[in-house]
Amino acid sequence: MNGLWRDSGVALAALVLLLGAPLAFSSPAFEDFIIRLSALALFATSLNLLVGGSGMISFGHGLFYGFGAYAFALLMQRTTLSLASAVLLTLFLAALVALLVGAVCIRLKTIYFAFVTLAIQMLFYSVIISWVSLTGGDQGLQGGIPRRVIAGIDINQQGHLYQFCAVLLVAGLFAMRHITASPFGMTLRMIRDNEARAAFLGIPLWRPKLAIFVLAGVFAALGGILASLFVSGAYPEFADWPFSGQAIFAVMLGGIDSFLGPLAGSAILLALNDIFTRLTEYHGLVQGVVILLFALGLRRGVLDFLRVLPGRGEVASR
Amino acid sequence: MDLGALVACFASPACVVTQASSGLIVGLLLFLVAAGLTLIFGVLKIVNFAHGTFYMLGAYIAYSVLQATNSYGLAVLAAAAAMAVFGVAFERFLIARVYGGNVLMQLLICYAVVLIFDDLVKLVWGADFHAMGMPEAFQRAPIFIAGGVVPPFYAGLIVLSLCLAALLGLGLGFTRMGKIITAAAQNPQMVAALGINTTALFALVFGLGGGLAGLAGALAAPVRSLSPGMGFSILIESFIITVIGGMGSIAGALLTAIGYGLLRGFGTIGFPLFTDELIYAAMILVLLLRPSGLFGREIV
Repeated sequence: MNGLWRDSGVALAALVLLLGAPLAFSSPAFEDFIIRLSALALFATSLNLLVGGSGMISFGHGLFYGFGAYAFALLMQRTTLSLASAVLLTLFLAALVALLVGAVCIRLKTIYFAFVTLAIQMLFYSVIISWVSLTGGDQGLQGGIPRRVIAGIDINQQGHLYQFCAVLLVAGLFAMRHITASPFGMTLRMIRDNEARAAFLGIPLWRPKLAIFVLAGVFAALGGILASLFVSGAYPEFADWPFSGQAIFAVMLGGIDSFLGPLAGSAILLALNDIFTRLTEYHGLVQGVVILLFALGLRRGVLDFLRVLPGRGEVASR
Repeated sequence: MDLGALVACFASPACVVTQASSGLIVGLLLFLVAAGLTLIFGVLKIVNFAHGTFYMLGAYIAYSVLQATNSYGLAVLAAAAAMAVFGVAFERFLIARVYGGNVLMQLLICYAVVLIFDDLVKLVWGADFHAMGMPEAFQRAPIFIAGGVVPPFYAGLIVLSLCLAALLGLGLGFTRMGKIITAAAQNPQMVAALGINTTALFALVFGLGGGLAGLAGALAAPVRSLSPGMGFSILIESFIITVIGGMGSIAGALLTAIGYGLLRGFGTIGFPLFTDELIYAAMILVLLLRPSGLFGREIV
């Protein structure tokens, strides 16, 4: 129970800090950064529920991010649902899709699991590209997100969008933290480390695997919803594979064995991108060199690295 | 969806020949890329996500060598040789450091190499599209087969790729080196225990795979436009081929690549909008029913 109190405390403190920051100093650039970070961090952390927490390496997690963005934007454009109901309905639909995809994929292991998830994501991507009348094809979904003011919150205003994203980011991370710390999360880590032993202990392997696949899909869709609000629409790039690659990089950069690793990785990745894009036209070159230095030098994520510094002892979770 | 047009095409030999030849060059170019990918995976158990970069660099090197020397043969050889050397260096300096580690670390290193070389190509050759143009040796009247038009370059490319496929298959099956490579794919520890330098062997296989991709790039250059992102789409396509054909199987890669090329060639007439979906659906189906691919061996 102590862990839960501590996590609640951290979450509350983070929320107060994030919501209080604009009162202390008003910086549109900072708010903009947090909005983009919230989408990417939710996506990356949800991916790490699979990669780090369960040993299921998915190359196609962008499917749910893209699905969240398109489903939400379409619901807002084509129906008169309120913001909250559109969000909830999108998450529900994402859960259904994840259930379907997961039921098909979790039978496969290691690299084959990675490939089948990638293939399903690419199938979804090519449907987005060719179903022009619904999705706008490769131009992306245009027309913006209609404004629906509820309880004085107008998400088309940057300040309000910032608060909305900050709350959902903290709430989403808190929920995922709770999932990984629960007995269910422990079960998944046992399956990750030794599947045969878990099976001998009488765990029906498919059940926790499918459950975490669905949960990860739902949180990725939440990230997609935030991204859709930020860009006022949806773009096929959200569901394309380089974007899944970015999330994998964020996870690896921050550390797969630390819960906040993907958050840290997303923040570093976004900051690096912002700086390099401003400095040079060849930001891919610089980013690639940074990745190489990090992959060959640290050999693990930044947070994982900090936790095994001399004097801190070995990481307990692995 | 225009199945009527497809039926009409099948009824006319001219249309069949034209579509089949353009489909075949798509498939056979992909085979050359996929063969390297599948060989590297079969022996090293590494999924080379940077394989498209070899293809791209091969095309650009061939472009520059052709401009400098005006000899397409030299350009192709230079591209293949350069990429073979690059493959060995890539394996020794980067990939060798993460053997046995996390798959994601391998993925990350390849991703970094893709980013770096896409930008280096932009630096050296510029960001806009380049067209190599048809080499002089192939600037002649097209061949007519049953009324269908086949450009001489297409015919040459098809013959050359099929010869290479045969060479590769025979070399792996019947030479000493080929047998060592096949054995290393099954059990590298045992091969090493028998006194064979597997470190050098791994580098060699990576060089061979890289060289094949560079060759494919050089052969594709006259019929494709060159751009810094050109390795990206070829990578996905050759992945599909290796997965469906079976990771590690050269014959599987060849048959799948030809089937894929023909599907593309005729798909543009019958169902241009759904070709991609059909291909991804086929890949999903194969993975579910036979995860090791149509011609592969179970390796996990």
